[in-house]
Amino acid sequence: MQQQAGPNSEQTGQASDSSPEHPVDSGDVRQEDQEQGYAPPTSLFGRAFALIDRNLAYVLPAPAAIVILLLMGYPFFYTVSLSLQRVNVTMTRFTFVGAENLLEVLTADARFLSAFWITLYFTVASLMLELVLAMIMALVMNRTFRGLGVIRTLFLLPLVATPTATSVIWLIMMEPSIGILNYFLEAVGLPRSLWVAGDTSVVPSLVWINAWHGVPFVMLILLAGLRSLPTEPFEAARIDGASKLQEFFQITLPLLKGAIVVAMLFRAIDTLKVFDAIWIMTAGGPGRRSETLHIYSYLTAFEFYDLGYGSAVILVFMVIILVISAVLIRLRQRAWL
Amino acid sequence: MNRLSLRPLGIRKTRRIQDSLFWIILAIFLVFFLFIFFWMFVSSFKPNLLIVSDPPVWFFTPTLDHYGEVFRRNPFARYLFNSLTIAVSSVGLSLLVGLPAAYSIAKFKQDGLALALLVVRMLPGITFLVPLFIVYKRLGLLDTHAGIVITHILTVLPLIMWVMIGFFEDVPSELLDAALIDGCSQLGTMIRVMIPLSLPGITAVAILSFISSWNNFIFVLILGGSKTMTLPLAVYNFLTYGQVNWGALCAAATVVTLPVLLLALVVQRFLAGGLTMGAIKG
Repeated sequence: MQQQAGPNSEQTGQASDSSPEHPVDSGDVRQEDQEQGYAPPTSLFGRAFALIDRNLAYVLPAPAAIVILLLMGYPFFYTVSLSLQRVNVTMTRFTFVGAENLLEVLTADARFLSAFWITLYFTVASLMLELVLAMIMALVMNRTFRGLGVIRTLFLLPLVATPTATSVIWLIMMEPSIGILNYFLEAVGLPRSLWVAGDTSVVPSLVWINAWHGVPFVMLILLAGLRSLPTEPFEAARIDGASKLQEFFQITLPLLKGAIVVAMLFRAIDTLKVFDAIWIMTAGGPGRRSETLHIYSYLTAFEFYDLGYGSAVILVFMVIILVISAVLIRLRQRAWL
Repeated sequence: MNRLSLRPLGIRKTRRIQDSLFWIILAIFLVFFLFIFFWMFVSSFKPNLLIVSDPPVWFFTPTLDHYGEVFRRNPFARYLFNSLTIAVSSVGLSLLVGLPAAYSIAKFKQDGLALALLVVRMLPGITFLVPLFIVYKRLGLLDTHAGIVITHILTVLPLIMWVMIGFFEDVPSELLDAALIDGCSQLGTMIRVMIPLSLPGITAVAILSFISSWNNFIFVLILGGSKTMTLPLAVYNFLTYGQVNWGALCAAATVVTLPVLLLALVVQRFLAGGLTMGAIKG
C-alpha cells in the first residue's frame, strides 16, 4: 500500500502491518478510499493490487501453505486412515479394521520391537561418536590460520556428497576379504573385521558411516559456538591456575551446552531417518541385525505391499520421531534460559 | 616477526612445535574424512584387476574403460539429464512458492506457520509415500517427471523456507521501513529491497536444495522407474542388478558425486552459513 508522510501515516502504518490475527476485511477498500490525503487507486488493477498489498500476511504464505497441505497434510491423514484398514496386495480391497493394525504393531510385533531397539542403538551410538569427534575437531580448528575457509569446506564434503554413491564406495572399501579397510587394519596390527557383513560389526560400521556424514555438521555448529564464547572466564581460570582439562570441563563445556543441544537435536532427527546408507549397504541384514524402523517401514509397505499394516508402522515411527524431537526441543529451550 | 624475536627463545620454539602439531592433527583429520573420495576417484581410472589387488596398487596406467562402460553401455547421459531437470524444476518451483512465504513468516512473525514447518521438516519422506503411491498409481503419475518433481518439492520447500526465514529475520527492519516511508508498497519492498539484499542467502539455499534434490534416493526408488531414473538410483541398480564391476561402480559414483563436490567448493563462502543457518536460528 502507498505510505505517505502526514497525519495519517501512523494509522496507515498499522493497517499495513496487518498481523495474521486480523481477519480479512472485504470492506477495507472503501474505508481506505475515505482516508484523507490518500489517492485511491481507480483502476481495477490498482484496487486489486492495494487489496493484495494490504493482506500480504495471508497472500504470501498461501501458495506454500496450499502446497504443504496438499502434499503433506492430505497424505498424512490418508496414512492415518490407511492404518485403520486392511489393504490387499493388489490395492483393490480396503477393509476397515479399526485399531487392529496399530495394536498389533505396539503389542505383538517382535520385528517392530527389534527394529525400535536397533534404531535407538544406532542413533545414540552415532550421536555420541559424532559429539566426541566433532568436539575434538572444533577445539583443534578454533584458532585463526591461513586456509581456514578452504579446510572448513573440505570437511563439509562428506555432508553434501550423495549418500547413495558414498554408500556404494564404503561397501566396496568394507568388503571383508579384499576391501581396503581391512588392509589398513592389518597394516596397523588390528584384526580384520567383517564390517557390514558381520552380526555384531554391522551396526558399528553403519554408525561410523553415519558419523562420517554427520561430524562436519556438528563440528561447524560447535566451532561457531566456540568462537562466540566470552574470553573473561578463561582469563580468570588461567589466573587461578586451572589446567587445560579443567578449563574445558568446567568452562567450555557448560558454556557450549546450547550449541551442543542444537547440534544433537538436528542430528538426532536426521539419524532416526537414515535410510539410503542402510538400505544400500545391508538392506537390514545380515539377518535383521541392522533393520531400523525406517527399513522395516519400507519393507512392510513397499516390499510386502501390506499398505494397511505398513501405514500403522509408519505412523508409530513418525510419533517416535516427533516425541524424541519434542523432548530435545524442550531441552534446548531450557539450555538457553 | 620482529615482535616475535624480542620474546625469549623458548616461547618461539613451543609455538613452532604447537603449530606443526596443529597441522599434523588437521592433516590426519582431512585424510580420515576425505580418503573415500580420493579412493573412489583413483579407482574409477584403475584397471579392475588392480582394484582388488592386496596390497593396494597406487601407481598404474589410468584407463577410461569404466567411464566407457558407464556412458556407452548404460544411458547415464539420460540419467544425468533426469537428475538435472528434476532438481532444477523442483528448486525453481520451491523458490517461487517458498520465498514469499518465508518473507511473510519472518516479517509478520507467523510463529504458528514456522512451527508447522518444523514438524514437516522432521518427518521422514516415507510418512507421505504410501498415500502418494496409491494416488500416483490411480492418476498415472508413477514414473513421470512431474510426479517426481512434486515429491522433491516435499523435501526442498521446507528446507528453503526454513533457511530463508532465518536469513530474512537478519535483514535490519530499518531498511524495509525506509523503503515503506519512501512510498514503496509492501510487495514492492519485498521484491525491490528484501530479495536483492538476500541474494547471497538465496543463492546458498538454492544450491543446498539443489544438492538435496540431486541426492534424493527414496522417492525415485518408490515412485520412479526407467523413464525417470536419476543418478543415485542408477548407481544403486548398478550394484544390485549388474555383475559386480568395482571399477564401473566407482566411475558411476564419481559421476554422481563430482558435480555436488564441485558445486560445494565453488560456493564455499556461502556453504557453511547455509548449512547451519537453519539449525542455529531455528
